[in-house]
Amino acid sequence: MSALIDTTRGELLRMRKWPAVWVTLGAWIALALMFGYLFGYLSYKTGDANFAEEGRTQAAILNDLLPAAIPDVLVQGTPMFGGALMMVLGAIVAGNGYGWGTWKTLFTQGPSRTTTVTGSLVALTGFVIATVLATLVVYAGVSSLIAISESRDLVWPAASDLARSVGGGTLVLEMWALAGFALGTVARGPALSVGLGLVWALVIENLLRGVGELLGPVKALTEVLPGTAAGSLVNALLNGATDTPGVVDVLSGPRALVTVAVYAVLFPAAAVLLVRKRDVT
Amino acid sequence: MNSSTTTDLVVQTRGLTKDYGDRRAVDAVSMTVRRGEVYGFLGPNGAGKTTTLRMMLGLIRPTAGSVSVLGRPAGSAAVTERVGTLIEGPGFFPYLSGRDNLRVMARYRGLPDSVADEALERVDLADRGNDRFKGYSLGMKQRLGVASALMGDPDLIVLDEPTNGLDPAGMQDMRALVVSLARGGQTVLLSSHLLAEVQEICDRVGVIDGGRLLRESTVAELRGDTSLRVRAVQIDRAVSVAMRLAGDDGVRLQDDTVLLDLPPASAPDVTRALVADGIDVLEVSAVERTLEEVFFEMTTSGLSSQEVA
Repeated sequence: MSALIDTTRGELLRMRKWPAVWVTLGAWIALALMFGYLFGYLSYKTGDANFAEEGRTQAAILNDLLPAAIPDVLVQGTPMFGGALMMVLGAIVAGNGYGWGTWKTLFTQGPSRTTTVTGSLVALTGFVIATVLATLVVYAGVSSLIAISESRDLVWPAASDLARSVGGGTLVLEMWALAGFALGTVARGPALSVGLGLVWALVIENLLRGVGELLGPVKALTEVLPGTAAGSLVNALLNGATDTPGVVDVLSGPRALVTVAVYAVLFPAAAVLLVRKRDVT
Repeated sequence: MNSSTTTDLVVQTRGLTKDYGDRRAVDAVSMTVRRGEVYGFLGPNGAGKTTTLRMMLGLIRPTAGSVSVLGRPAGSAAVTERVGTLIEGPGFFPYLSGRDNLRVMARYRGLPDSVADEALERVDLADRGNDRFKGYSLGMKQRLGVASALMGDPDLIVLDEPTNGLDPAGMQDMRALVVSLARGGQTVLLSSHLLAEVQEICDRVGVIDGGRLLRESTVAELRGDTSLRVRAVQIDRAVSVAMRLAGDDGVRLQDDTVLLDLPPASAPDVTRALVADGIDVLEVSAVERTLEEVFFEMTTSGLSSQEVA
């Protein structure tokens, strides 16, 4: 256990001081604010119906920008760009060390490979959780500002809704971060793993779901894929109809939750097994 | 001074072999490193030095054979925490400073951050410790790697080509550092293709070529018998006298010098014979072979015997 604390502390230090980590997480916050609040606020202010807000009343648009809607906004961005960014984060955390020779150095420090990789996964998970919490704080600030400037009462969401949203959003982001870590480990580098992972998450799964409409076996396949599960989980958290990209209505909430959780176990397990077996040069 | 009991063996490999596809990188290497010595692992580039060291550190798995380090199987946690390594170039995070890189390693070893500062001092990097690793020169990177290997005063320090990229002054510092480590009781295993350096600081050496350990012995043993050098005015006649004494195969002519495979004690006999023949003798002296000469003899014959096989 103490060895795991040692490796986690080491990994936290090297991730905390890594500009690429902050660029990735900063991109998430910026995109989340843009799609969660900025565009909605602009369309509310200008009165133009933009593509996403088509056919909705100004009042409904404003409701989405107020503190009470935080649970929905928090999870909306996770299946699409949130997951993609976390996959990049996981892939660089795992993949870069092979080219730099740092895994080689770390594997000769004392802790076993399992402990070393687990420490890295724990630190990565810490960053994912911290990111969700930081996002929550930013959202609370922005939505409060909007409420105040629009002279609305500050009505906060129910704690249970917020907890469900934070939990679900974290799980989806974590699954993608772990997927990135596993890919980075398989590819022993960030470039190929990030490229393949993004094409998979952003393109292939969508295409397969399209084909699945026509072909039964493909449909059955898409139901067990990570993107479908993450999109369905977010859909369940949103309680119904949404046109947010990446959010799909394929699996029931519980089944989506189980599928995402299974992936969140399988990806790191695969990474650990692979690292234990391989020759590190 | 070292008895070869198991407890005195810091590293012991038995029939260590590694295949990469059809290519045999390391072929049945059985070597031993004793406690407290500086062991030089010698061989040309591509001889299998680094591959052997990697197996010793548990980074790669042997195809056959075994390694025990500090009495346990290589690569187990109980072993690696007592071994400091710099292998195949320093592998550090380019975006971190030298000091932060060492702090990461210190944390992995469960050591306080302050050991990073001490280690930087030891390799003379303290004033550049806050610069990013990616801005370091090759020599500075190498010294940081050595600093990392020293942290926590490990029982065994494995340094793979530690003087790579160092300038002459840096090389001298590195040699002094290695010698001081050994004086402090730590065992040092260093690989090198620089023979002069090994000759100067190592107690024992293992010579590897084409994946095979050709010889393992003390530096003195390896350099072996000394020979006699004769210079004379009538060089042709000196050669024929030398052949009478040392046999046809025991004489070599090198520029204007005759080399005889005879012990230094036979210098008076040789001198007498030359003078008796009316030769004007300029010099009769004992020559020690350098490690380099021994090494080239050994590795070239090693290659030819492999080609036969």
